[in-house]
Amino acid sequence: MSAFKTFTNGLLKENPTFRLVLGTCPTLAVTTSAINGIGMGLATTAVLIGSNAVISLTRKVIPDKVRIPAFITIIAGFVTIVQFLLKAYLPDLDQALGIYIPLIVVNCIILARAEMFASKNNVGLSVLDGMGMGFGFTLALMAIGSIRELLGNGTIFGITVTAKLFDPAIIMILPPGGFLAFGITMGLLNKLSGKKTTKTGCQSCELRKSGACAGSKEVGA
Amino acid sequence: MKEMIILIISAILVENFVLVKFLGICPFLGVSKKLSTAIGMSVAVVFVMTIASAATWLVNEYLLAPYELEYLQTIAFILVIAALVQLVETVMKKLMPPLYKALGIYLPLITTNCAVLGVALLNMEREYSLLNSVVYSFGAGLGFTLALVIFSGVRERIEYNDIPESLKGLPITLIAAALVSVAFFGFQGLFS
Repeated sequence: MSAFKTFTNGLLKENPTFRLVLGTCPTLAVTTSAINGIGMGLATTAVLIGSNAVISLTRKVIPDKVRIPAFITIIAGFVTIVQFLLKAYLPDLDQALGIYIPLIVVNCIILARAEMFASKNNVGLSVLDGMGMGFGFTLALMAIGSIRELLGNGTIFGITVTAKLFDPAIIMILPPGGFLAFGITMGLLNKLSGKKTTKTGCQSCELRKSGACAGSKEVGA
Repeated sequence: MKEMIILIISAILVENFVLVKFLGICPFLGVSKKLSTAIGMSVAVVFVMTIASAATWLVNEYLLAPYELEYLQTIAFILVIAALVQLVETVMKKLMPPLYKALGIYLPLITTNCAVLGVALLNMEREYSLLNSVVYSFGAGLGFTLALVIFSGVRERIEYNDIPESLKGLPITLIAAALVSVAFFGFQGLFS
Protein backbone atom coordinates (compact mmCIF):
# COMPACT_ATOMS: atom_id res chain seq x y z
CA MET A 1 0.00 0.00 0.00
CA SER A 2 1.34 3.42 -0.89
CA ALA A 3 2.17 5.91 1.83
CA PHE A 4 -0.65 8.24 0.84
CA LYS A 5 -3.20 5.46 0.85
CA THR A 6 -2.03 4.34 4.29
CA PHE A 7 -2.59 7.84 5.62
CA THR A 8 -6.04 8.43 4.11
CA ASN A 9 -7.25 4.94 5.00
CA GLY A 10 -7.94 5.96 8.59
CA LEU A 11 -9.56 9.25 7.67
CA LEU A 12 -12.50 7.89 5.72
CA LYS A 13 -12.46 4.34 4.47
CA GLU A 14 -11.61 2.77 7.80
CA ASN A 15 -12.55 5.61 10.09
CA PRO A 16 -12.00 4.14 13.57
CA THR A 17 -15.16 5.69 15.03
CA PHE A 18 -17.76 5.32 12.30
CA ARG A 19 -16.43 2.36 10.30
CA LEU A 20 -14.47 0.18 12.70
CA VAL A 21 -16.46 1.32 15.77
CA LEU A 22 -13.48 1.21 18.10
CA GLY A 23 -12.90 3.41 21.12
CA THR A 24 -16.58 4.04 21.77
CA CYS A 25 -16.13 4.97 25.43
CA PRO A 26 -14.20 8.23 24.86
CA THR A 27 -16.32 8.94 21.78
CA LEU A 28 -19.40 9.13 23.96
CA ALA A 29 -17.90 10.48 27.14
CA VAL A 30 -15.80 13.50 26.21
CA THR A 31 -17.72 14.90 23.23
CA THR A 32 -19.69 17.38 25.31
CA SER A 33 -17.99 20.19 23.38
CA ALA A 34 -16.02 20.46 20.16
CA ILE A 35 -12.84 21.52 21.94
CA ASN A 36 -12.93 18.54 24.32
CA GLY A 37 -13.39 16.23 21.35
CA ILE A 38 -10.34 17.69 19.62
CA GLY A 39 -8.29 17.48 22.81
CA MET A 40 -9.13 13.83 23.36
CA GLY A 41 -8.57 13.06 19.67
CA LEU A 42 -5.13 14.67 19.61
CA ALA A 43 -4.07 13.02 22.88
CA THR A 44 -5.03 9.64 21.41
CA THR A 45 -3.26 10.51 18.15
CA ALA A 46 -0.05 11.29 20.02
CA VAL A 47 -0.16 7.95 21.85
CA LEU A 48 -1.05 6.13 18.64
CA ILE A 49 1.85 7.58 16.66
CA GLY A 50 4.32 6.91 19.47
CA SER A 51 3.21 3.37 20.18
CA ASN A 52 2.97 2.48 16.47
CA ALA A 53 6.52 3.74 15.92
CA VAL A 54 8.03 1.89 18.90
CA ILE A 55 6.12 -1.32 18.24
CA SER A 56 7.13 -1.26 14.59
CA LEU A 57 10.78 -0.77 15.56
CA THR A 58 10.73 -3.57 18.10
CA ARG A 59 8.54 -5.97 16.12
CA LYS A 60 11.43 -8.34 15.42
CA VAL A 61 12.69 -8.31 19.03
CA ILE A 62 9.44 -9.03 20.88
CA PRO A 63 8.68 -12.77 21.07
CA ASP A 64 5.33 -13.65 19.60
CA LYS A 65 3.96 -15.18 22.80
CA VAL A 66 4.35 -12.14 25.02
CA ARG A 67 3.60 -9.49 22.43
CA ILE A 68 0.21 -8.41 23.85
CA PRO A 69 1.58 -7.63 27.36
CA ALA A 70 4.57 -5.95 25.71
CA PHE A 71 2.29 -3.82 23.53
CA ILE A 72 0.17 -2.84 26.53
CA THR A 73 3.27 -1.78 28.47
CA ILE A 74 4.56 0.34 25.57
CA ILE A 75 1.12 1.96 25.14
CA ALA A 76 0.81 2.61 28.89
CA GLY A 77 4.22 4.30 28.82
CA PHE A 78 3.12 6.73 26.12
CA VAL A 79 -0.19 7.37 27.86
CA THR A 80 1.68 8.31 31.04
CA ILE A 81 3.84 10.76 29.07
CA VAL A 82 0.79 12.39 27.47
CA GLN A 83 -0.99 12.50 30.82
CA PHE A 84 1.83 14.43 32.47
CA LEU A 85 2.37 16.76 29.50
CA LEU A 86 -1.33 17.67 29.60
CA LYS A 87 -1.20 18.20 33.37
CA ALA A 88 1.75 20.53 33.00
CA TYR A 89 0.80 22.56 29.92
CA LEU A 90 -2.98 22.25 29.46
CA PRO A 91 -4.41 21.83 32.98
CA ASP A 92 -7.91 22.95 31.92
CA LEU A 93 -8.17 20.25 29.26
CA ASP A 94 -6.74 17.71 31.68
CA GLN A 95 -9.47 18.65 34.15
CA ALA A 96 -12.19 18.35 31.50
CA LEU A 97 -11.06 14.96 30.21
CA GLY A 98 -10.22 13.61 33.67
CA ILE A 99 -10.11 9.85 33.98
CA TYR A 100 -10.46 9.32 30.23
CA ILE A 101 -6.82 10.32 29.67
CA PRO A 102 -5.32 7.32 31.56
CA LEU A 103 -8.05 5.20 30.00
CA ILE A 104 -6.50 5.73 26.55
CA VAL A 105 -4.49 2.63 27.53
CA VAL A 106 -7.53 0.41 27.04
CA ASN A 107 -8.73 2.23 23.94
CA CYS A 108 -9.21 -0.57 21.44
CA ILE A 109 -8.01 1.56 18.49
CA ILE A 110 -4.44 1.62 19.74
CA LEU A 111 -4.05 -2.06 20.51
CA ALA A 112 -5.88 -2.96 17.31
CA ARG A 113 -3.54 -0.85 15.16
CA ALA A 114 -0.51 -2.25 16.99
CA GLU A 115 -1.65 -5.77 16.28
CA MET A 116 -3.04 -5.27 12.79
CA PHE A 117 -0.59 -2.79 11.35
CA ALA A 118 2.47 -1.75 13.35
CA SER A 119 3.61 -5.29 14.12
CA LYS A 120 3.67 -6.09 10.40
CA ASN A 121 4.92 -2.91 8.70
CA ASN A 122 7.96 -0.64 8.75
CA VAL A 123 8.28 2.49 10.89
CA GLY A 124 7.42 5.03 8.19
CA LEU A 125 4.17 3.37 7.24
CA SER A 126 3.27 2.69 10.88
CA VAL A 127 3.66 6.34 11.81
CA LEU A 128 1.53 7.36 8.81
CA ASP A 129 -1.08 4.80 9.80
CA GLY A 130 -1.06 6.18 13.35
CA MET A 131 -1.51 9.72 12.03
CA GLY A 132 -4.32 8.73 9.67
CA MET A 133 -6.21 6.74 12.28
CA GLY A 134 -5.60 9.39 14.93
CA PHE A 135 -6.82 12.25 12.74
CA GLY A 136 -9.82 10.17 11.64
CA PHE A 137 -10.67 9.67 15.30
CA THR A 138 -10.11 13.38 16.04
CA LEU A 139 -12.37 14.44 13.15
CA ALA A 140 -15.13 12.09 14.29
CA LEU A 141 -14.89 13.32 17.88
CA MET A 142 -14.88 16.94 16.73
CA ALA A 143 -17.96 16.33 14.56
CA ILE A 144 -19.94 14.69 17.36
CA GLY A 145 -18.66 17.29 19.85
CA SER A 146 -19.76 20.16 17.58
CA ILE A 147 -23.23 18.68 17.08
CA ARG A 148 -23.73 18.14 20.80
CA GLU A 149 -22.36 21.56 21.73
CA LEU A 150 -24.54 23.28 19.12
CA LEU A 151 -27.75 21.56 20.13
CA GLY A 152 -27.04 21.42 23.84
CA ASN A 153 -25.46 24.79 24.46
CA GLY A 154 -26.07 26.80 21.29
CA THR A 155 -22.33 27.30 20.72
CA ILE A 156 -19.49 25.84 18.66
CA PHE A 157 -15.96 26.16 20.10
CA GLY A 158 -17.51 28.35 22.78
CA ILE A 159 -18.83 30.93 20.28
CA THR A 160 -22.58 31.51 20.31
CA VAL A 161 -23.93 30.78 16.83
CA THR A 162 -27.64 30.27 17.30
CA ALA A 163 -28.20 33.84 18.54
CA LYS A 164 -31.01 32.65 20.79
CA LEU A 165 -33.11 31.46 17.85
CA PHE A 166 -33.97 28.38 19.87
CA ASP A 167 -33.55 27.23 23.41
CA PRO A 168 -30.66 24.76 23.58
CA ALA A 169 -31.70 21.26 24.64
CA ILE A 170 -29.43 20.64 27.60
CA ILE A 171 -29.97 16.89 27.31
CA MET A 172 -27.61 16.83 24.32
CA ILE A 173 -24.59 17.62 26.49
CA LEU A 174 -25.73 15.20 29.18
CA PRO A 175 -25.02 11.43 28.94
CA PRO A 176 -28.19 10.43 26.97
CA GLY A 177 -27.31 12.98 24.28
CA GLY A 178 -24.02 11.19 23.68
CA PHE A 179 -25.72 7.97 22.65
CA LEU A 180 -28.31 9.86 20.60
CA ALA A 181 -25.82 12.04 18.71
CA PHE A 182 -23.49 9.11 17.98
CA GLY A 183 -26.33 6.87 16.81
CA ILE A 184 -27.96 9.45 14.55
CA THR A 185 -24.65 10.63 13.06
CA MET A 186 -23.75 7.03 12.26
CA GLY A 187 -27.18 6.47 10.72
CA LEU A 188 -26.81 9.60 8.57
CA LEU A 189 -23.36 8.52 7.39
CA ASN A 190 -24.78 5.11 6.47
CA LYS A 191 -27.50 6.83 4.49
CA LEU A 192 -25.06 9.12 2.68
CA SER A 193 -22.40 6.52 1.93
CA GLY A 194 -24.82 3.70 1.18
CA LYS A 195 -22.80 1.37 3.40
CA LYS A 196 -23.82 -0.16 6.65
CA THR A 197 -22.10 -0.35 10.00
CA THR A 198 -23.49 -3.39 11.65
CA LYS A 199 -20.43 -4.65 13.44
CA THR A 200 -19.86 -3.60 17.01
CA GLY A 201 -16.48 -2.66 18.33
CA CYS A 202 -15.70 -5.98 19.94
CA GLN A 203 -16.55 -7.97 16.89
CA SER A 204 -14.48 -5.88 14.55
CA CYS A 205 -11.56 -5.98 16.95
CA GLU A 206 -9.23 -8.17 14.93
CA LEU A 207 -7.38 -9.09 18.09
CA ARG A 208 -9.70 -11.97 18.65
CA LYS A 209 -7.75 -13.86 16.01
CA SER A 210 -4.63 -13.58 18.09
CA GLY A 211 -6.24 -14.52 21.35
CA ALA A 212 -6.16 -11.15 23.09
CA CYS A 213 -9.85 -10.76 22.52
CA ALA A 214 -10.44 -14.50 22.38
CA GLY A 215 -14.03 -15.41 22.66
CA SER A 216 -15.44 -12.22 21.24
CA LYS A 217 -16.49 -14.16 18.18
CA GLU A 218 -18.62 -16.56 20.15
CA VAL A 219 -19.78 -13.83 22.47
CA GLY A 220 -20.74 -11.35 19.82
CA ALA A 221 -22.25 -13.84 17.44
CA MET B 1 -23.05 0.84 57.47
CA LYS B 2 -25.26 3.65 56.18
CA GLU B 3 -22.28 5.06 54.34
CA MET B 4 -21.67 1.71 52.62
CA ILE B 5 -25.28 1.42 51.49
CA ILE B 6 -25.21 4.92 50.03
CA LEU B 7 -21.92 4.13 48.28
CA ILE B 8 -23.26 0.95 46.72
CA ILE B 9 -26.59 2.43 45.62
CA SER B 10 -24.95 5.51 44.14
CA ALA B 11 -22.52 3.26 42.24
CA ILE B 12 -25.41 1.26 40.80
CA LEU B 13 -27.92 3.97 39.97
CA VAL B 14 -26.57 7.52 40.20
CA GLU B 15 -23.13 6.86 38.72
CA ASN B 16 -24.06 3.90 36.56
CA PHE B 17 -20.80 2.97 34.86
CA VAL B 18 -22.28 2.22 31.45
CA LEU B 19 -25.10 4.70 31.06
CA VAL B 20 -23.80 7.70 32.98
CA LYS B 21 -20.02 7.35 33.02
CA PHE B 22 -19.58 5.64 29.62
CA LEU B 23 -17.18 2.97 30.85
CA GLY B 24 -17.41 -0.49 29.32
CA ILE B 25 -19.43 0.52 26.26
CA CYS B 26 -17.73 -2.10 24.11
CA PRO B 27 -19.12 -5.15 25.98
CA PHE B 28 -22.36 -3.22 26.51
CA LEU B 29 -22.90 -3.06 22.74
CA GLY B 30 -21.18 -6.37 21.99
CA VAL B 31 -22.73 -8.92 24.31
CA SER B 32 -26.16 -7.46 25.10
CA LYS B 33 -27.91 -9.22 22.24
CA LYS B 34 -29.04 -12.12 24.37
CA LEU B 35 -29.92 -12.23 28.05
CA SER B 36 -27.80 -15.33 28.74
CA THR B 37 -24.56 -13.85 27.35
CA ALA B 38 -25.31 -10.54 29.08
CA ILE B 39 -25.55 -12.28 32.43
CA GLY B 40 -22.40 -14.36 31.84
CA MET B 41 -20.36 -11.31 30.94
CA SER B 42 -21.75 -9.33 33.88
CA VAL B 43 -20.90 -11.98 36.46
CA ALA B 44 -17.35 -12.17 35.12
CA VAL B 45 -17.04 -8.36 35.27
CA VAL B 46 -18.37 -8.11 38.85
CA PHE B 47 -15.93 -10.83 39.90
CA VAL B 48 -12.83 -9.34 38.25
CA MET B 49 -13.72 -5.76 39.18
CA THR B 50 -14.04 -6.57 42.87
CA ILE B 51 -10.75 -8.50 43.03
CA ALA B 52 -8.95 -6.00 40.80
CA SER B 53 -9.93 -3.05 42.98
CA ALA B 54 -8.48 -4.77 46.06
CA ALA B 55 -5.31 -5.79 44.20
CA THR B 56 -4.69 -2.35 42.69
CA TRP B 57 -5.36 -0.68 46.05
CA LEU B 58 -2.77 -2.91 47.74
CA VAL B 59 -0.25 -2.38 44.93
CA ASN B 60 -0.67 1.36 45.22
CA GLU B 61 -0.49 1.44 49.02
CA TYR B 62 2.45 -0.91 49.59
CA LEU B 63 4.40 -0.81 46.34
CA LEU B 64 3.96 2.57 44.69
CA ALA B 65 3.24 4.98 47.54
CA PRO B 66 6.25 4.10 49.80
CA TYR B 67 8.66 4.83 46.93
CA GLU B 68 6.68 7.81 45.62
CA LEU B 69 6.02 6.05 42.34
CA GLU B 70 2.36 7.07 42.03
CA TYR B 71 3.05 8.42 38.57
CA LEU B 72 3.39 4.82 37.40
CA GLN B 73 -0.22 4.08 38.41
CA THR B 74 -1.54 3.66 34.86
CA ILE B 75 1.19 1.22 33.82
CA ALA B 76 1.15 -0.69 37.10
CA PHE B 77 -2.63 -1.04 37.21
CA ILE B 78 -3.08 -2.28 33.66
CA LEU B 79 -0.38 -4.90 34.21
CA VAL B 80 -1.92 -5.96 37.53
CA ILE B 81 -5.32 -6.30 35.86
CA ALA B 82 -3.92 -8.26 32.90
CA ALA B 83 -2.01 -10.62 35.22
CA LEU B 84 -5.01 -10.97 37.51
CA VAL B 85 -7.36 -11.91 34.68
CA GLN B 86 -4.87 -14.54 33.57
CA LEU B 87 -4.56 -15.85 37.13
CA VAL B 88 -8.32 -15.97 37.68
CA GLU B 89 -8.67 -17.86 34.42
CA THR B 90 -6.03 -20.45 35.36
CA VAL B 91 -7.30 -20.95 38.90
CA MET B 92 -10.90 -21.21 37.76
CA LYS B 93 -9.98 -23.73 35.08
CA LYS B 94 -8.23 -25.91 37.65
CA LEU B 95 -10.55 -25.61 40.66
CA MET B 96 -13.96 -24.70 39.31
CA PRO B 97 -14.41 -26.27 35.86
CA PRO B 98 -18.19 -25.68 35.67
CA LEU B 99 -17.76 -21.97 36.45
CA TYR B 100 -14.89 -21.78 33.97
CA LYS B 101 -17.07 -23.32 31.31
CA ALA B 102 -19.72 -20.67 31.91
CA LEU B 103 -17.49 -17.61 32.23
CA GLY B 104 -14.26 -18.66 30.49
CA ILE B 105 -14.93 -17.07 27.14
CA TYR B 106 -15.70 -13.69 28.72
CA LEU B 107 -12.57 -13.44 30.85
CA PRO B 108 -9.95 -12.52 28.21
CA LEU B 109 -12.19 -9.68 27.02
CA ILE B 110 -12.13 -8.08 30.44
CA THR B 111 -8.50 -6.90 30.33
CA THR B 112 -9.43 -4.34 27.70
CA ASN B 113 -12.71 -3.43 29.40
CA CYS B 114 -12.21 0.15 30.47
CA ALA B 115 -14.65 -0.23 33.37
CA VAL B 116 -12.10 -2.33 35.29
CA LEU B 117 -9.19 0.07 34.90
CA GLY B 118 -11.65 2.94 35.31
CA VAL B 119 -12.88 1.79 38.70
CA ALA B 120 -9.30 1.23 39.92
CA LEU B 121 -8.32 4.77 38.91
CA LEU B 122 -11.50 6.29 40.36
CA ASN B 123 -10.81 4.60 43.71
CA MET B 124 -7.38 6.25 43.75
CA GLU B 125 -8.70 9.63 42.64
CA ARG B 126 -11.30 9.66 45.41
CA GLU B 127 -8.85 8.26 47.98
CA TYR B 128 -11.20 5.51 49.15
CA SER B 129 -10.06 3.12 51.86
CA LEU B 130 -9.58 -0.55 50.97
CA LEU B 131 -13.05 -1.48 52.18
CA ASN B 132 -14.72 1.45 50.43
CA SER B 133 -12.85 0.63 47.20
CA VAL B 134 -14.06 -2.94 47.22
CA VAL B 135 -17.64 -1.95 48.06
CA TYR B 136 -17.69 0.76 45.40
CA SER B 137 -16.25 -1.59 42.76
CA PHE B 138 -18.76 -4.26 43.63
CA GLY B 139 -21.55 -1.72 43.28
CA ALA B 140 -20.14 -0.50 39.98
CA GLY B 141 -20.11 -4.10 38.75
CA LEU B 142 -23.74 -4.52 39.80
CA GLY B 143 -24.58 -1.31 37.94
CA PHE B 144 -22.91 -2.75 34.86
CA THR B 145 -25.00 -5.91 35.28
CA LEU B 146 -28.22 -3.93 35.64
CA ALA B 147 -27.54 -1.89 32.50
CA LEU B 148 -26.64 -4.98 30.46
CA VAL B 149 -29.64 -7.01 31.60
CA ILE B 150 -32.13 -4.18 31.02
CA PHE B 151 -30.62 -3.42 27.64
CA SER B 152 -30.59 -7.02 26.44
CA GLY B 153 -34.36 -7.02 26.97
CA VAL B 154 -34.68 -3.82 24.95
CA ARG B 155 -32.56 -5.27 22.14
CA GLU B 156 -34.56 -8.46 21.90
CA ARG B 157 -37.59 -6.27 21.20
CA ILE B 158 -35.75 -4.17 18.59
CA GLU B 159 -35.04 -7.31 16.57
CA TYR B 160 -38.73 -7.66 15.69
CA ASN B 161 -39.34 -4.05 14.71
CA ASP B 162 -39.41 -2.39 11.34
CA ILE B 163 -36.39 -0.08 11.34
CA PRO B 164 -35.28 2.30 8.53
CA GLU B 165 -32.57 0.64 6.44
CA SER B 166 -29.75 3.05 7.33
CA LEU B 167 -30.46 2.86 11.07
CA LYS B 168 -30.33 -0.93 11.21
CA GLY B 169 -27.71 -2.47 13.44
CA LEU B 170 -25.57 -0.23 15.57
CA PRO B 171 -27.28 3.18 15.05
CA ILE B 172 -30.66 2.01 16.36
CA THR B 173 -28.90 0.26 19.24
CA LEU B 174 -27.25 3.53 20.24
CA ILE B 175 -30.52 5.44 19.98
CA ALA B 176 -32.22 2.83 22.19
CA ALA B 177 -29.33 3.16 24.64
CA ALA B 178 -29.99 6.91 24.74
CA LEU B 179 -33.57 6.25 25.88
CA VAL B 180 -32.44 3.79 28.57
CA SER B 181 -29.86 6.36 29.65
CA VAL B 182 -32.62 8.99 30.01
CA ALA B 183 -34.36 6.65 32.44
CA PHE B 184 -31.20 6.33 34.53
CA PHE B 185 -30.80 10.07 34.42
CA GLY B 186 -33.79 10.31 36.71
CA PHE B 187 -31.59 9.06 39.56
CA GLN B 188 -29.31 12.11 39.40
CA GLY B 189 -29.38 14.02 42.65
CA LEU B 190 -30.77 11.09 44.62
CA PHE B 191 -28.30 11.70 47.46
CA SER B 192 -27.57 15.40 47.15
